[in-house]
Amino acid sequence: MENEKHYWLDNPRNVERIFWSLVGLCVLLTVPDLFYAKHGHFFWEEWPGFYGIYGFISCVGLVLLAKQLRKVLRRDENYYER
Amino acid sequence: MSAEFPPGLILIVGAAFVPLLRTSWRNAYLLLLPLLSLAHLLALPHGAYGQIGIFDYILTPVRVDKLSLVFGIVFHLAVFLSALYALHEDNVQHVAGFVYAGSAIGAVFAGDLITLFVFWEIAAVSSVFLIWARRTESAYRAGLRYLAVQVTSGLLLLAGIILRAAETGDIAFDFLGLNGLAHSLIFVAFGIKCAFPLLHNWLQDAYPEATVGGTVFLSAFTTKLAVYALARGFPGTEMLVWIGATMTAFPIFYAVIENDLRRVLAYSLNNQLGFMVVGIGVGTELALNGTAAHAFTHIIYKALLFMSMGAVLYRTGTINGSDLGGLYKSMPYTTLFCIVGAASISAFPLFGGFISKSLIISATADQSYVLTWWVLLFASAGVFHHSGIKIPFFAFFAHDSGIRCKEAPQNMLFAMGAAAVLCVGLGIWPEPLYRLLPFAVDYAPYTWTHVITQLQLLLFSALAFAVLKRTGIYPPELRAINLDSDWLYRRLPKLVWSWGIMPMVRRVNGYRDAARARVASIGHVIPEIRGASLLALYVVLLLFCLLVVSFWQAERL
Repeated sequence: MENEKHYWLDNPRNVERIFWSLVGLCVLLTVPDLFYAKHGHFFWEEWPGFYGIYGFISCVGLVLLAKQLRKVLRRDENYYER
Repeated sequence: MSAEFPPGLILIVGAAFVPLLRTSWRNAYLLLLPLLSLAHLLALPHGAYGQIGIFDYILTPVRVDKLSLVFGIVFHLAVFLSALYALHEDNVQHVAGFVYAGSAIGAVFAGDLITLFVFWEIAAVSSVFLIWARRTESAYRAGLRYLAVQVTSGLLLLAGIILRAAETGDIAFDFLGLNGLAHSLIFVAFGIKCAFPLLHNWLQDAYPEATVGGTVFLSAFTTKLAVYALARGFPGTEMLVWIGATMTAFPIFYAVIENDLRRVLAYSLNNQLGFMVVGIGVGTELALNGTAAHAFTHIIYKALLFMSMGAVLYRTGTINGSDLGGLYKSMPYTTLFCIVGAASISAFPLFGGFISKSLIISATADQSYVLTWWVLLFASAGVFHHSGIKIPFFAFFAHDSGIRCKEAPQNMLFAMGAAAVLCVGLGIWPEPLYRLLPFAVDYAPYTWTHVITQLQLLLFSALAFAVLKRTGIYPPELRAINLDSDWLYRRLPKLVWSWGIMPMVRRVNGYRDAARARVASIGHVIPEIRGASLLALYVVLLLFCLLVVSFWQAERL
């Protein structure tokens, strides 16, 4: 597909840009935590960056645990047909 | 009044005429019928009517109140969108889909348990044709398993109703509460359809085996009917909080390692049901509002996600994450709609899920379910991870699979577009939905705290995905399946057969053969007796018998 249209995302540098803008956005979103008064139900919700850190840890934990789970649960695609 | 027949009957009866119409007329008919049915529903005043006495019981086929109305309306939206999406499919699916949707709607407005049971069973039996319509061997088998589970649920419901009727003589479908055997049976019957943990796997097993359009139909009705039934019969049952919290958390682990993207969606459907079940368990006005609102938004964005993946399957012939990638080049609109659905299920501000899920999470916090709150937050991050990112990423982006196909057909695009507009519309302007909810809503989703904390949760989850992907830790999509609770009925019986029963049978056969051989070998030891010798033997035996008899007689004399 030599003559195919070249897409913006095909350039690895642009993917790199997306990643770093995501990092920037995350930092930017944590900043307001230092300034405004939150209306949470629990005291830990007031900790700066609580939601971000919990979300990050949750997802990493989720993926790492799921990887271990795969070792136990993974079977061949035609497992039930055999 | 003449118009007081059960809502949904228009769809069920109307389905019978679908095969009589030619294509363009049929298409118009398929789109008008749900609208007609919706108009009939909206014209019905609140209240219970249409009572008929059968034997000693009074049936209430129609009961319209706020709780049933909100489910009834969203079911109509779902049937319209599904019909539009599936216009290209054959008549079997349209008839099955309309009967299925109509009976689900009928069940929602059932005022007594017998009417509920009848619609419950029609929905179970008609829906299986949406799976069989795929016309593959594996779909046929999955359909049979699905039907077995659905019928089991129906039988438990029937048993519960009979017990209850015998005990109390009352068949009204109102608050039941988890007490006594009768209500426990009904609870389990609802639980099977609601895909409670360990009773869940019929969903992940069967939905991805259905046709492209069939899965969209299926995703809306069965499980949300069960949510409605639980909200009607068992609100405030604390056990539901734990069941629901488990449901939100454990399917997402499967979703991360599952390869079939429609099965990933089935797992995330299970996770979303968990949120609704938690809401029913908490049982406060806020929580039940949350359940109803979440069912409403969920039906639309889940249908949208299944539509987008269905379009991919329709055009490329595969739905395995390991084989897809880079499709945004061929299917830009489908990509866009899929992202809208993904943003909605992840509860991004301005999208559907944001204004409904937060009601439930706030309700758990209000009632101090601390552990549940942590689990729900984890599940919210997790659902973004597997539904929000994984689905669009592996289908449309990731590495370019080299697949070049056409954009989805027009009817599919219209259906997806309409669903996407609804998702965004509900997200931006939740008031109409809030007015429909069973209780008065005193809740503002758009506060600074809520918006910022939610964005933090989601963007950091996205960051986690990106970091894991860049470092190569993220598990690749593999052509494999993962064991789940369906193993218990798909493989365990076979193992018991081949490792337990068969060896035993073989051993018994072995003993029998040995005994036979022994008997046969005796024959070799004794010389053969034939002809005159045999006759002589008989004579000897006869004389012996005579001797015995005469001795016996002599003694008596």
